[in-house]
Amino acid sequence: MSEVKFSKEHEWITLEGDVATIGITKHATEMLGDIVFAELPEKGSNVEKDGTAGVVESTKAASDVYTPISGEVVDTNQAIVDDPSKINEDPEGSAWFFKLKMKDQSEMDSLMNKEEYDKFAKESAS
Amino acid sequence: MEMKKTSLNNLHKDNQAKFVEFAGYEMPIQYSKGIIEEHKFTRLHSGIFDVSHMGQLFIYGDDSLTEELEKIFPLDLKNLKQNSSKYSFLMNEDAGIYDDLIITKIEEGYLIILNAACKDKDFEILFNLLGTKFKMNLDNNRSLIAIQGPKSVEILNSIINGVDQLHFMSGNWFNVDNQKLFITRSGYTGEDGFEISISNDIAEKFVQNLIRKGAQLIGLGARDTLRMEAGLCLYGHELDINKTPIEANLKWAISKSRLSNGGFIGSEKIMNLLQDGANQVRVGIKPEGRLIAREKTKIFNDTESQIGEITSGTFGPSVNGPIAMGYVDKEFSKVDTKVLLEVRGKKYPANICALPFYKKNYVKGAN
Repeated sequence: MSEVKFSKEHEWITLEGDVATIGITKHATEMLGDIVFAELPEKGSNVEKDGTAGVVESTKAASDVYTPISGEVVDTNQAIVDDPSKINEDPEGSAWFFKLKMKDQSEMDSLMNKEEYDKFAKESAS
Repeated sequence: MEMKKTSLNNLHKDNQAKFVEFAGYEMPIQYSKGIIEEHKFTRLHSGIFDVSHMGQLFIYGDDSLTEELEKIFPLDLKNLKQNSSKYSFLMNEDAGIYDDLIITKIEEGYLIILNAACKDKDFEILFNLLGTKFKMNLDNNRSLIAIQGPKSVEILNSIINGVDQLHFMSGNWFNVDNQKLFITRSGYTGEDGFEISISNDIAEKFVQNLIRKGAQLIGLGARDTLRMEAGLCLYGHELDINKTPIEANLKWAISKSRLSNGGFIGSEKIMNLLQDGANQVRVGIKPEGRLIAREKTKIFNDTESQIGEITSGTFGPSVNGPIAMGYVDKEFSKVDTKVLLEVRGKKYPANICALPFYKKNYVKGAN
């Protein structure tokens, strides 16, 4: 599996061949608080880089989930829809959101590595 | 403008509060454990809420004050016992609600607890109505602390012996450190509990003492989910100047004798509404599945014409599902009526349901 990359919208993404797995970062879950609802894109649908690809809701508010790259949705994680608290428990592991068949490898270039993201998250939080 | 702070602000910081601005005050929305944990802790144990941003209006006077206040509030204040409290509202001539409040008869007059966002305007309205005849004090030197949940009586009684004798919706003065605290058995969570009016300079020490006895600080986030599960109105959401108590399903809060005799501000409109029926009424709404429908969500009937709007909606941690309140056209207000909620452009099924969502555990002995 490739190195984990991060977006400014607080998504993480890993690549296996041309299939990307995408979720939201631990930092994002800490900002959101207790997540009580998740909505994922439909399998077979196409999503565009930086477009919305789902919704999470905490007790406080609803937030869009964006996709850091374009592609066709090939799988979604029903477990987090059935029990959204899993997203708070393991956001960067078992609580992934959806898998995409990647359209354009170059879209990965603008994403941040872990060190860059941690710095970005720290700055955007303050 | 700089945010106002309550006397517990440092204590909130020490407890890793996340702050929000609420009615001009810097208030804790949650602490490190999060809203769901805080909510459940209150239902099972005992939660402490800083509600010092709310207004504590003392009005001093004798029987003539009671007479004047009866011209304003839809209450039978003449027959209200000393130290007893009533939920009520300040209305305009059209029975639109300026604020909802708790009024308690005390030895020297009345204590009225007002919403933070409304308190200054309420003072102005009441001052204009009452004139200079009565001394009025919107007391900024006192904090207001709520302690709510089944263990609260034991915890508070271990510090102030005798509070366990208070009946629901009644209060009394108690002494702590030679200072007078006014404590009522009341709250806004659907749990047994107390509200404590206490001098600012000893409030932090007092709350630390409650924490040592096992209670925990709870933020405004959980206060909101708790009151929603209890089916209670929040001003600015379920209630505003365009809503009347009849539409809000709060007829129970109007004293029976006043319903027949009137003579309070808004009474004519209330009588008319009771005779003709309100067009819209406040209801509980349970979305099917896990969907959360927030404030301003449009409510449709089966034929997809809009019949109302959500005023508050969230996830209820004790109900373990989404809950909402809102107003619908009267013909669709019956329990179990199927409705549709429009969320993010799609319509989802929901049911009108009875309130509260969560059964109350108030202590018996209400008068």
